[in-house]
Amino acid sequence: MRAPESKCTVERGGFFQAVGKAIYWALQLRGPHGLLSCLSLRPERTRRRITDRPRSWAQEKAADVENVPPVISTPHHYLISIYRDKLFFVSVIQTEVPPLFVIEFLHRVADTFQDYFGECSEAAIKDNVVIVYELLEEMLDNGFPLATESNILKELIKPPTILRSVVNSITGSSNVGDTLPTGQLSNIPWRRAGVKYTNNEAYFDVVEEIDAIIDKSGSTVFAEIQGVIDACIKLSGMPDLSLSFMNPRLLDDVSFHPCIRFKRWESERVLSFIPPDGNFRLISYRVSSQNLVAIPVYVKHSISFKENSSCGRFDVTIGPKQNMGKTIEGVTVTVHMPKVVLNMNLTPTQGSYTFDPVTKVLTWDVGKITPQKLPSLKGLVNLQSGAPKPEENPSLNIQFKIQQLAISGLKVNRLDMYGEKYKPFKGVKYVTKAGKFQVRT
Amino acid sequence: MSSNSFAYNEQSGGGEATELGQEATSTISPSGAFGLFSSDLKKNEDLKQMLESNKDSAKLDAMKRIVGMIAKGKNASELFPAVVKNVASKNIEIKKLVYVYLVRYAEEQQDLALLSISTFQRALKDPNQLIRASALRVLSSIRVPIIVPIMMLAIKEAAADLSPYVRKNAAHAIQKLYSLDPEQKEMLIEVIEKLLKDKSILVAGSVVMAFEEVCPDRIDLIHKNYRKLCNLLVDVEEWGQVVIIHMLTRYARTQFVSPWREDDGLEDNEKSFYDSDDEQKEKTDKRKKPYTMDPDHRLLIRNTKPLLQSRNAAVVMAVAQLYWHISPKSEAGIISKSLVRLLRSNREVQYIVLQNIATMSIQRKGMFEPYLKSFYVRSTDPTMIKTLKLEILTNLANEANISTLLREFQTYVKSQDKQFAAATIQTIGRCATNISEVTDTCLSGLVCLLSNRDEIVVAESVVVIKKLLQMQPAQHGEIIKHMAKLLDSITVPVARASILWLIGENCERVPKIAPDVLRKMAKSFTSEDDLVKLQILNLGAKLYLTNSKQTKLLTQYILNLGKYDQNYDIRDRTRFIRQLIVPNEKSGALSKYAKKIFLAQKPAPLLESPFKDRDHFQLGTLSHTLNAKAAGYLELSNWPEVAPDPSVRNVEVIDLAKEWTPAGKAKNENPTKKFYSESEEEEDSSDSSSDSGSESGSESGEEDEEGDSSEDSSEDSSSEPESESGHQSDTENRRAAKRNSKTKGKGDSKDGKKENEKSKTSDSSNAESSSVEESSSDSESESESESESESRKVTKEKEKKAKQDRNRLATDASLLDLDDFNPVSTPVALPTPALSPSLIADLEGLNLSTSSSVISPLRT
Repeated sequence: MRAPESKCTVERGGFFQAVGKAIYWALQLRGPHGLLSCLSLRPERTRRRITDRPRSWAQEKAADVENVPPVISTPHHYLISIYRDKLFFVSVIQTEVPPLFVIEFLHRVADTFQDYFGECSEAAIKDNVVIVYELLEEMLDNGFPLATESNILKELIKPPTILRSVVNSITGSSNVGDTLPTGQLSNIPWRRAGVKYTNNEAYFDVVEEIDAIIDKSGSTVFAEIQGVIDACIKLSGMPDLSLSFMNPRLLDDVSFHPCIRFKRWESERVLSFIPPDGNFRLISYRVSSQNLVAIPVYVKHSISFKENSSCGRFDVTIGPKQNMGKTIEGVTVTVHMPKVVLNMNLTPTQGSYTFDPVTKVLTWDVGKITPQKLPSLKGLVNLQSGAPKPEENPSLNIQFKIQQLAISGLKVNRLDMYGEKYKPFKGVKYVTKAGKFQVRT
Repeated sequence: MSSNSFAYNEQSGGGEATELGQEATSTISPSGAFGLFSSDLKKNEDLKQMLESNKDSAKLDAMKRIVGMIAKGKNASELFPAVVKNVASKNIEIKKLVYVYLVRYAEEQQDLALLSISTFQRALKDPNQLIRASALRVLSSIRVPIIVPIMMLAIKEAAADLSPYVRKNAAHAIQKLYSLDPEQKEMLIEVIEKLLKDKSILVAGSVVMAFEEVCPDRIDLIHKNYRKLCNLLVDVEEWGQVVIIHMLTRYARTQFVSPWREDDGLEDNEKSFYDSDDEQKEKTDKRKKPYTMDPDHRLLIRNTKPLLQSRNAAVVMAVAQLYWHISPKSEAGIISKSLVRLLRSNREVQYIVLQNIATMSIQRKGMFEPYLKSFYVRSTDPTMIKTLKLEILTNLANEANISTLLREFQTYVKSQDKQFAAATIQTIGRCATNISEVTDTCLSGLVCLLSNRDEIVVAESVVVIKKLLQMQPAQHGEIIKHMAKLLDSITVPVARASILWLIGENCERVPKIAPDVLRKMAKSFTSEDDLVKLQILNLGAKLYLTNSKQTKLLTQYILNLGKYDQNYDIRDRTRFIRQLIVPNEKSGALSKYAKKIFLAQKPAPLLESPFKDRDHFQLGTLSHTLNAKAAGYLELSNWPEVAPDPSVRNVEVIDLAKEWTPAGKAKNENPTKKFYSESEEEEDSSDSSSDSGSESGSESGEEDEEGDSSEDSSEDSSSEPESESGHQSDTENRRAAKRNSKTKGKGDSKDGKKENEKSKTSDSSNAESSSVEESSSDSESESESESESESRKVTKEKEKKAKQDRNRLATDASLLDLDDFNPVSTPVALPTPALSPSLIADLEGLNLSTSSSVISPLRT
């Protein structure tokens, strides 16, 4: 079972290591029988560091980190990794295990760090080594996930705050909870006991994203609406909520937070649940594909590169279309220009643009679209002289946001609370965003 | 953030350190790292002093620094004695950090580690369940062989603990002890057997994990717990679900007969199935004879369905693979929607899911066809995702969608990601071979690509065209000429070699060009790549055989060049060819056949999916992802020809009876769904005033509605709590009854008929009731003992005959249509927010009993 002897020489960073049937974490196996550490380091360093050990990682031809396969086989181990926020989280596996099990868990770990430290960066992790260790200790036992619900973890280990660190230093108390958590033992492991608020509030954000591929001529190749309902629940006691929709039939495929009673949904299309405390994702859904997706923006573009000359033209105009009377805001256009592009001289009628000559990424921050004056970006593209002109025009990635609109037409009907006597404050917010919205040119 | 880092850093620079700590660290500046110390030794002295102080804050500070050292990979082992002393600290954080340290260093310092054992042994008896659990956790993590007996004892005791949380930890400890000392296997299996009987949702996942680790081959341990696990599944925490589902998949493959047998032509049939009722009857009748699904098999398929809705990708994948491997093929379709949903997730999840879809889409195209567009590639996808999507698109291509796909491929070919563009060309080639209608279109498209500016694209096109032409060489002289011209410009060796091979193969169709190409190649022979040289030799040989007048000298020149080449492969090949084609006195019989050898009809290459051979691995496993057997991979067995005795899964009802409380019973008999809806209505009317009172009211109301069946069982169970002895004898009776029924089942045909009737009655109760009632009858029959259902049989006998025909139809239809089924319900959460703790405990018990209860063995 155990890894072969090998001294680990990680001088800094490195916390999370996994060996064994499933995931095993750092401390237990560092040093004498540790093999390599999981490294929460920047990619370039990671690559070098891991290069020292399992050769196959080194042989990774992946020029960019995005293409490091999540599962890598080495002579004695399997490395399963995720890449998030410029960090790799690696777990080292010795025997068969469903890879998604590990991947999902690693993401849960990263989520927890994010939740605790506000960001999941190398610096944050280094600054909070002790908490990281304490957290992992609670999250894993012998490679099997233990407590992964943030409500329970927060009861066990309090997240660091400036205030608490001051208080701790005065009173000598610690950031480990004194009371032993009971949530883990109950039938509702996602909710902590004894929640108390003076203002009882329940907010729901219905966020819909449009994934689309628009082809050259402006017709839609593929479009789909994906949505989530994120909740922020601050309710005392053990509230039992049920949320109903005006038009639940829209939801084609739904995934639930474990708190939701599946049967109620099956029979009545009502979301009935005892919520976790705080922020959480209630459901994610996909809108049935029969419905035509209204594409809120259109793009007029003409990008051309002249043969045998070192320049090209770039002209993009963006305008509203089927926006249901709402303003389209937060519009950003990102273009990955071909490698032969040296520089761009453009003039926007609105907003500002930047071009990074190293990564060749053009970003145009448009802002709000007003139908009276359509924003456009025009100008010249400087190409490397002598190089052949690019084969294909780059595709445009578009971001936008429409407040107070769920593009699918989904509407929350009502929210009822049972089990508690007080009257909570309730709110629902709708937002539509561009998801993976791509315009081919 | 920076102020945080003060407090939690290993450096005690902030205000946190008090007195001793302050003294100890006064020599360093807050920002200074350990490097500022003159030596490690001195620093450790500080830490030792701090650990020995009587201030918790100093100790805590020291422990934090030590953990920091471990994190940096520094050796902190010499602090062991000082740290171990604090194992009994009252401060929870210190304690936890000491545990962290202990687990890390105990194996190195075995003797000293023993000092801490007594503390844990004491903690194992603590009244607080969480303390007991954590003591067991750490004790079992200390890898010191001497304490194996102590661990064994502790595990045994913990396995019998009243707290499910402690029992869960016992299950974890089993794996740890097993890896420390595999000789304990037999004893551990006993503990696993015991824990498998546990009804707590907390324990289920962990003990199955231990089972998989220690004794995955002891499938017999699962029999009795199979139905319980199926019923508990929805409520188990998500990680446990994954493990249980994988285990149950394996189990199902050994215990049930294949539901696939008749399914071959099913996909076509299925459409007509919806068309008319007559056809339906016909079909179900047809189906009925050869195969009927074991109700336990159905139970598993039905109870895993809701989990497709899980937010956890691993759970969704686990259910998907379960459906793939054990459900009838007509039902597996529902998983595709959920898998496609996962594609919105992060790239790692996408990668694994796409791989699995790729494997599935080879065998059952239809499943993913409706989602074709979800696999369209975006320019922002990482290359590995792009190629996987391409793979799936290729698998899904058929006559109907190929034109759309080809248009889509055209965009991909122009991609800036050249690796991806090359993969697309391969894909086009595969589509062209698979779908004969578009072969010509693809070919002309590929020929257009030959004038592409990018060499990689051209080279890839040449290679693919070569393969395509090889399949239908007759009519493509023009293309070959075009390619011959390309030889002047193209430099990629593979492409050049492919062109030469093509010309050689078709040299009789392009009699004018071929010798000229050979001439050019002879000129550049020495500077060519080895791959190309070999093909030049082949071309020469072929021309020599077909057109020796023009090419004899050229070929001999090339053979001479080859003879002195640096590469031995080429020298070998040259020698071989010379002997074969140039007639001389030494050459043997073979040279007569040289033409046949060189210009033989060659079989066209098969362009196949790289995922073709992966289907023998269980989907969703590491082995499948790697396409190689990973250590510890457990094979899925093939379906047995004849199902093993299904009665092994029958469970005696003793344990059930124990769990029952009057309150629990009422709930148990109400199907949860109904319960929710009822109480919902109540609550709607009285709005916020709803509390436990109104709920229990609605419960009791429903109990009345339940009618005779619930009376039956309440009679039955009411006698049980009375006395222990009575209870015992009761169960004895049941056992006897059960034994009877078993022997009946095995007995001759007359007895078998009786048995049959019995099962039909329970069937009819299923069929006659609506879906809601159906689940109630399920749970009711769960609660019944065998003997009781025997008595029920009499009462229902009359109804039975009348409804027999209908019943038949209904059951068969439900076998086909999963949606007709209402899963046996176990509530996801209890809707009892305002209940007192004792009530909650009761409900918990009842929840367990609901889930532990088992459908009586129906046999249709």
